[in-house]
Amino acid sequence: MPRRTDISSVLVIGSGPIVIGQACEFDYSGTQACRVLKEEGLRVVLVNSNPATIMTDPEFADATYVEPITTEVLTSIIAKERPDALLPTLGGQTALNAAIELDKAGVLAEYGVELIGANIAAIEKGEDRQQFKDVVEKCGGESARSEIIHTVDEAVDAATRLGYPMVVRPSFTMGGLGSGIAYDEADLHRIVGSGLHYSPTTEVLLEESILGWKEYELELMRDKNDNVVVVCSIENVDPVGVHTGDSVTVAPALTLTDREYQRLRDIGIAVIREVGVDTGGCNIQYAVDPATGRVIVIEMNPRVSRSSALASKATGFPIAKIAAKLAVGYTLDEIPNDITKVTPASFEPTLDYVVVKVPRFAFEKFPAADPTLSTTMKSVGEAMALGRNFTEALGKALRSIDKGGSVFHWDGEPVAGEALDALLTEIARPTEGRLVATQQALRAGASVEQVFEATKIDPWFLDQIQLINETAAAVAAAPALTRDVLAEAKRHGLSDAQIAKLRGMGAAGESTVREVRYALDVRPVYKTVDTCAAEFAATTPYHYSSYDEESEVAPREREAVIILGSGPNRIGQGIEFDYSCVHATLTLRERYETVMVNCNPETVSTDYDTSDRLYFEPLTFEDVLEVYRAELAAGPVKGIIVQLGGQTPLGLAQRLADAGLPVLGTSPEAIDAAEDRGVFGRVLAEAGLPAPAFGTARSLGEALDVAAGIGFPVLVRPSYVLGGRGMEIVYSADQLTGYVERALEAAAADDRTTTGSLPAPLLIDRFLDDALEIDVDALYDGTELYLGGVMEHIEEAGIHSGDSACVLPPVSLSESEIDRIRRSTEALAKGVGVHGLLNVQYALVSDVLYVLEANPRASRTVPFVSKATGVSLAKAAARIMVGDSIADLRAEGILPATGDGGTLDLDAPIAVKEAVLPFKRFRTAEGLVVDTVLGPEMRSTGEVMGFDRDFPRAFAKSQAAAFGGLPTSGTVFVSVADRDKRSIVFPIKRLTELGFEILATAGTAVVLRRNGIPAMVVRKFSSGRGADGEPTIVDLITEGRVDMVINTPSGQGARADGYEIRAATTAADKSIVTTVQQLAAAVQGIEAVLAGPFDVWSLQEHMAAGVARTAAGA
Amino acid sequence: MSTSTIIRPGETLTDQTAVLVLEDGTVFTGRAYGARGATFGEIVFNTGMTGYQETLTDPSYHQQIVVMTAPHIGNTGVNDEDRESRRVWVSGFVVRDPARRASNWRSERSLDDELVAQDVVGISGIDTRALTRHLRELGVMRAGIFSGDALTRGGYPRPVAELTAEVAGSPAMAGAHLASSVTVDEAYTVDPVEGAGTPDGPVATVVAVDLGIKSMTPQRLAERGVRVHVVPATTTIDEIVALAPDGVFFSNGPGDPSAAETEVALLRDVLDRRIPFFGICFGNQILGRALGYGTYKLAYGHRGINQPVLDRTTGKVEVTAHNHGFAVDAPLEGASVAPHDAGRYGRVEVSHVGLNDQVVEGLTCLDLPAFSVQYHPEAAAGPHDAAYLFDRFVDLMTTPSAALPTAADAHKEN
Repeated sequence: MPRRTDISSVLVIGSGPIVIGQACEFDYSGTQACRVLKEEGLRVVLVNSNPATIMTDPEFADATYVEPITTEVLTSIIAKERPDALLPTLGGQTALNAAIELDKAGVLAEYGVELIGANIAAIEKGEDRQQFKDVVEKCGGESARSEIIHTVDEAVDAATRLGYPMVVRPSFTMGGLGSGIAYDEADLHRIVGSGLHYSPTTEVLLEESILGWKEYELELMRDKNDNVVVVCSIENVDPVGVHTGDSVTVAPALTLTDREYQRLRDIGIAVIREVGVDTGGCNIQYAVDPATGRVIVIEMNPRVSRSSALASKATGFPIAKIAAKLAVGYTLDEIPNDITKVTPASFEPTLDYVVVKVPRFAFEKFPAADPTLSTTMKSVGEAMALGRNFTEALGKALRSIDKGGSVFHWDGEPVAGEALDALLTEIARPTEGRLVATQQALRAGASVEQVFEATKIDPWFLDQIQLINETAAAVAAAPALTRDVLAEAKRHGLSDAQIAKLRGMGAAGESTVREVRYALDVRPVYKTVDTCAAEFAATTPYHYSSYDEESEVAPREREAVIILGSGPNRIGQGIEFDYSCVHATLTLRERYETVMVNCNPETVSTDYDTSDRLYFEPLTFEDVLEVYRAELAAGPVKGIIVQLGGQTPLGLAQRLADAGLPVLGTSPEAIDAAEDRGVFGRVLAEAGLPAPAFGTARSLGEALDVAAGIGFPVLVRPSYVLGGRGMEIVYSADQLTGYVERALEAAAADDRTTTGSLPAPLLIDRFLDDALEIDVDALYDGTELYLGGVMEHIEEAGIHSGDSACVLPPVSLSESEIDRIRRSTEALAKGVGVHGLLNVQYALVSDVLYVLEANPRASRTVPFVSKATGVSLAKAAARIMVGDSIADLRAEGILPATGDGGTLDLDAPIAVKEAVLPFKRFRTAEGLVVDTVLGPEMRSTGEVMGFDRDFPRAFAKSQAAAFGGLPTSGTVFVSVADRDKRSIVFPIKRLTELGFEILATAGTAVVLRRNGIPAMVVRKFSSGRGADGEPTIVDLITEGRVDMVINTPSGQGARADGYEIRAATTAADKSIVTTVQQLAAAVQGIEAVLAGPFDVWSLQEHMAAGVARTAAGA
Repeated sequence: MSTSTIIRPGETLTDQTAVLVLEDGTVFTGRAYGARGATFGEIVFNTGMTGYQETLTDPSYHQQIVVMTAPHIGNTGVNDEDRESRRVWVSGFVVRDPARRASNWRSERSLDDELVAQDVVGISGIDTRALTRHLRELGVMRAGIFSGDALTRGGYPRPVAELTAEVAGSPAMAGAHLASSVTVDEAYTVDPVEGAGTPDGPVATVVAVDLGIKSMTPQRLAERGVRVHVVPATTTIDEIVALAPDGVFFSNGPGDPSAAETEVALLRDVLDRRIPFFGICFGNQILGRALGYGTYKLAYGHRGINQPVLDRTTGKVEVTAHNHGFAVDAPLEGASVAPHDAGRYGRVEVSHVGLNDQVVEGLTCLDLPAFSVQYHPEAAAGPHDAAYLFDRFVDLMTTPSAALPTAADAHKEN
């Protein structure tokens, strides 16, 4: 049966900004879906507020709305576009919830929009705890004993029957938000309280603890003929109790017999039928009692999920693509298997390799947060690796994490005695470092049984870790590195660096090991992911390395360009870099064979048909070098692109060049020039560009000297970092001493220093107070500059650009200031020797344009600028890197024929980028939200774009997309630092005119009242409740009686009051403004919202209007 | 993988060394697994990710060396519940990474120990994917595994040419009649599982001719209230009739169907008496031959638990367990008159088709109460999607007027 002919247009909803629990896997799935629907000749209407997505590139849909995903906006889009159908299963929980809201509001019925790929009843059956429990029972499965509660009192009552510990899960939230494990009544109050808040239905499930059970997931698909296939089984190495997104997981399941596996399959199929997922994918999670085999069905997601993306990459079976085809009427047997071409999709992939996924965390960004892993997901990204066995895949996955301390090691003496007992206690608590600690415990002689008792990690996995330890011991003890020893080490996943360390070979050891390996002919081969364990020939070059016998890399004639991706998502290096890599491959495929190297399963770049060849490999020097050698053996290689994937590939540039690899674009020496303050200082001096006074230091003494010379406050950071890692504004010598000592300790812990001297210098800059920060993305081809876009920050300098809202085109810069920026940028590009992209941050203070920093690489803002200006900077950059000039690109139409991103016309739309922050996810050990104040260290996970004809409207849209919107009435609480008091009078006055009630702390209220603004004084948190129980401001916020909070932190550090206020506001999900500049923008935004509903325009309409304006102007 | 040497420069020969030698001279050097010694057989690959214990004990693998494409084998050990017959049948076992430790609440011993106890020679640590690709491209062939004393002479490995010659001298699968070596000596009865029959006794009585039967097959019937007499392959039609069966079943089993003359003759006697018949795997091939169709050897067969099969009577796809190296050669489209004896058995339809390669996976007689499938509805190992076929058999036996569903029914529904 071919596709339905009664549908001609489909609305696809994306997942919005990247947040924990919902990352770029939904860009991957949405992009696949849009592609499929367009290929089927359907008109695709897409809504997603996230500009850093490939799916929102205008060519992937007929009408692309970068607009907030709210019922109001979606209704406007539906009214305007009149789609026949809505496909809500590919945009995560955001899209599914949006669809439910539209249905409830009667919008779908009113406009005759059919929901495809899901139905409301099925969604509710799958996600509503009680209904799902009934389904499971009907399917012959078991659920954990549980009770549904709607109040905290009911929860306390239920505890008398279920007993502690108890699992708390709010209904209809994603990524396990608001869930947790209650060990006692205090825990119960806290977790249930917030769970009830996060559940849109104020409903929470309490259930018996199955902590420590084995955890499994199946990914299933069903078509309208009721054919069901299991695409993939996934086993969690971390047992039940850790969210599957935070667990180390492995595919396929490795510790079940066929009988046990088939039982999971039977239950899963019965459940997908009973729930009524008519077409599409679904994910079911199970717990299995390791002692008895009792099976409990934990939950299901009736949609494409994070695990679906992992399963697709793990098996080569493109779940999202197939789900889209099924939604428009195809059956599984009508869809060919992409990889074999000759067999149908109505089969179950079989693997002849092992896949390991490891999560990447960002606790270092939230030092106050409790690092214990639980049923609320906290990881910000993940890496996946494939190997021909578990040990090989695990070793590769761990080194893909690209973070100190994440790989197994055999340093120092193993612990013993009490220290080992302590270690065994420590590993009972799941944390980011548990796997390495487990390896250490086994290395120290703990038995598999003891470690199982502590961790409940299946003994089979523990034995495999022990096998790695034994292999390492053999490497260390071998009289010489023979072929047998090396082959065995590589077979079990040890890197050259690990082997060198085991042999005590010193700094150059890794190269020596590699040379010995080559001499003995111990090299990786590249196998193919083919869905069928080689039963059929595969045509898709989706490769992974293994130390095995036969390589499957095909020879080629066309010249290849190798593109290095960005690895696991982390704060500061996420989807934006994948976006640039994907653009590079899309444009270079026309002329070259493109070869993608990456290890992030969530991304579009690791889709097997994004590039001509995909190597799913860690982004380490060793692994990249081996890919290069394999490709060089297959045919000519033009070069390797390192400047698009962020700091991870950039950090490899010099070593790769030293090893003789042709690095395309900006040379590694030029990359160094931008990072090295001495060299960069000369570049600035030659170009006559001012920079804040600065210096570098490797020791405490040097740092204090430099700071004394510059004067406090100073901005301190390590060199070679992204996302402002370790960056702080330092106001005093004491604070600086603390900073340097922590850096030295960290370096010593990583074995990088023993001398009190840092391995890489600290950068110390004069911190500019009250500066306007400007971000620029530009292209340079060696002779000509193209200014991609000039972004004006809404917050002042000092807040990391990734966390700061910004606007493009700039709304307060003059033409001459933009010209000055262009000239400065050109001088920098020339001085550094850029060939490709350049990102510069400037600060404008008292008419002086200071250069804060320059990065000769793709920046986080490239997709935002590209979307706002309609010019793909990453495509252009990739072309410049392979030798094209800006003039060529203008002629070809990749860049505009005239002008640049600094010369946008007066009627050009305004784009506002707003950051989305994950504070709600992180709680202190006491259960409080971590502090939400912004600083120079980036902590946002994602971003949205508000796009409209003027700044107030664009800003209001950005707020609606990022946080659910600005309030339009109600109560505003104001408490600002003294230096800000003068600036708030006008905006607050305007708020009262708009009808808001103003609350303020005593100090702020004085200023407001004297300026004629009625402000009620409220008690400070530190004052406590009054004699008659008068509430403090924190009480009012917690009770939901405040709609917006304006709180600027005073001076250094977060004083207790400010912290409590901000934490309570975040927990209550209310708007919070922490800078004066934000306040002005917020007031303008509120006015825009009050002026009426948002107008919606697609990117295609914006572009057409731009073309029309240009034509009219010409 | 090489064609001339067993030990590469830098590698050492140890008492752990084993080699796999293919008929075409290809050599894989690995580590001994299970018993030490020499073994020969037709080398085939199985793509199942679970179910090694069921595979090892499946009599259809008699005289075959089985390569598991899944790298980790033995993780869940061996138990006494999951075996499909009284012993391990494979003649050799090839895996990449055998488990060092079994982990499962039902495990009773390690697979390594089980293979040693049952004297099964295996090899581990070779590139099983390279081997599988080789077999896919060149077709299955004879092979031998050599380890321990069988591999060496005077402390040195024996010459490859000598090992290859030994492989070439071993029996081939084509033309082999193997049912007699796997079938039971004595008949036995499997009674309906408790609560599955009727108050008056079994729902039906089936005589199952054991050509290499897996224990899950009578179990699946017993679960449906059927009493099953499992009888040796040498049973005569008179002995079958004496058991007054409501239906006759021919099981799976090893060997070349073109050599199964006595089984074909026996089945024709069953068909002539219009006793309801169901066959699985080898039983399907024998039905095909009894009806007068040919059988042929597939290049590398179907062995796995992920194979899509279209049931033409419903239009639905089932994911199924396969283990067959031969297939029936019957017209794929529409009903055809069975060629045997000028159409004595009337019209026949191909009821099931393998979607990967359009191989005949099931036959239905339109004028006789007889049907069969090439794959394994009893699963073990594998998915349970095709279990409905046992219901179809029960219906055929218990409802005299019941007609088997045909492809025409699927069109009617639509």
